[in-house]
Amino acid sequence: MTIATSAPEKIRVADLNLFYGDNQALYDIQLSVPKGSITAFIGPSGCGKSTLLRTLNRMNDLIPGVRITGEVNVDGHNIYGPDNDVVQLRKNVGMVFQRPNPFPMSIYDNVAYGPRIHGIKKKRDLDEIVEKSLRQAALWEEVKDRLNKSALGLSGGQQQRLCIARLLAVEPQVLLMDEPTSALDPISTLKVEELTQELKEKYTIIIVTHNMQQAARISDTTAFFLNGLMVEHGETDKLFTNPSDQRTEDYITGRFG
Amino acid sequence: MDTRKGFHHSLEDLQKDILKMGVKVEEAIFLAVKSLASEDVEMAKNVIAGDEQINERMVEIESSCLRLLALQQPMASDLRVIGTAMKIVTDLERIGDHAVDIAKTTVRLDGQKLVKPLVDTPRMADLTKEMLRDSLNAYVNRDIELAQGLAKKDDVVDALYKQIYNELQEMMMNDSATITQAVKLLMVCQSLERIADHATNIGEWVIYMVSGDRTDLNV
Repeated sequence: MTIATSAPEKIRVADLNLFYGDNQALYDIQLSVPKGSITAFIGPSGCGKSTLLRTLNRMNDLIPGVRITGEVNVDGHNIYGPDNDVVQLRKNVGMVFQRPNPFPMSIYDNVAYGPRIHGIKKKRDLDEIVEKSLRQAALWEEVKDRLNKSALGLSGGQQQRLCIARLLAVEPQVLLMDEPTSALDPISTLKVEELTQELKEKYTIIIVTHNMQQAARISDTTAFFLNGLMVEHGETDKLFTNPSDQRTEDYITGRFG
Repeated sequence: MDTRKGFHHSLEDLQKDILKMGVKVEEAIFLAVKSLASEDVEMAKNVIAGDEQINERMVEIESSCLRLLALQQPMASDLRVIGTAMKIVTDLERIGDHAVDIAKTTVRLDGQKLVKPLVDTPRMADLTKEMLRDSLNAYVNRDIELAQGLAKKDDVVDALYKQIYNELQEMMMNDSATITQAVKLLMVCQSLERIADHATNIGEWVIYMVSGDRTDLNV
């Protein structure tokens, strides 16, 4: 399924099948994601949406027994191809997880961690990256006076935005978010949602969410998954007012379960 | 399995409330035209007084819709059912106002003998009532074909209106003594013509509710 857009394609998934041992978890997925957009994946537990998200930066490589056929292209380059650099891929395609997972170190060091690994040593450069990243993650004003305090002292919502800042510090192009607000209170949730709207100018975002209203609020396109199939992928406003597939209709109106 | 039984039950109640309002409105048209044809001022006054109830029904249904939107965050067909309900009650309320306009004409004529016996006007009234009935049946039964059929009936109503217009115009040109009353009768027919348009609007909303497509039946 393709969505009409003038933006260049950032990600293309073609004929993707994924197996956990003998069990097939994804069936023949075709997906095109334009640059600078937010795509939401929705569907019931076990439908394959998180599995698909994790294939986009090869997080599934870490799970034993996973077999993948088909292609995932980022900027036209097959990330499952033989010449692929996984470290570089995960820098370009970063992930935010369900529970905020800051490192047990200072706020500053959390954000500087990635750039340091990638060889940036000068304090002035790191300072600049830390501030810029925290600003982009809409956290700077709240933490600028306590950068050297432990990140674990922050609230859950702040921790999640810190994790986003940590990701932004290595200048990725794609942000994968796996239920990034499911452990947050409503206000923190809205802050993260607002943040996605600012970030989509520069980044391509794909978000898995169990909250359909969240998908409706923040995404440009939404894909609905069921039993490993991508049932429907379309413009978010169309999908939530008049979906094309009866299975989508049944799911989003709660006539399902 | 329906995981939102309570909410979907509320949507059914909403539909019943609209139907009840529709029955009231239909009755108002019937009585307004009957009061005119039979020069029954008392009956007309009842129609005028009854409009208050129709307006209250509209406010109640609108409130239910807003409550459901806020509390249930409906999507897809559920969302369209509620959006449609909000539009339909507005059309029904306007139809009620037109019935009042017709009833007021009866009151203003105050038992005066009509310059001509009403023949085409009751025909037009029957047809517009039928259209309203069709639009409500289409709504309840989610019947797109019935809703689409309103376009044809609206054409017939428009043709009748034109015919009556011409007749009354001729009558006024021939005998200026008829003007006062003929103008009033013309306004009655205009009300009926507007009622038919509102019924057609309801039909358009029914089509949207069922299919998600916006159509224009009033062309």
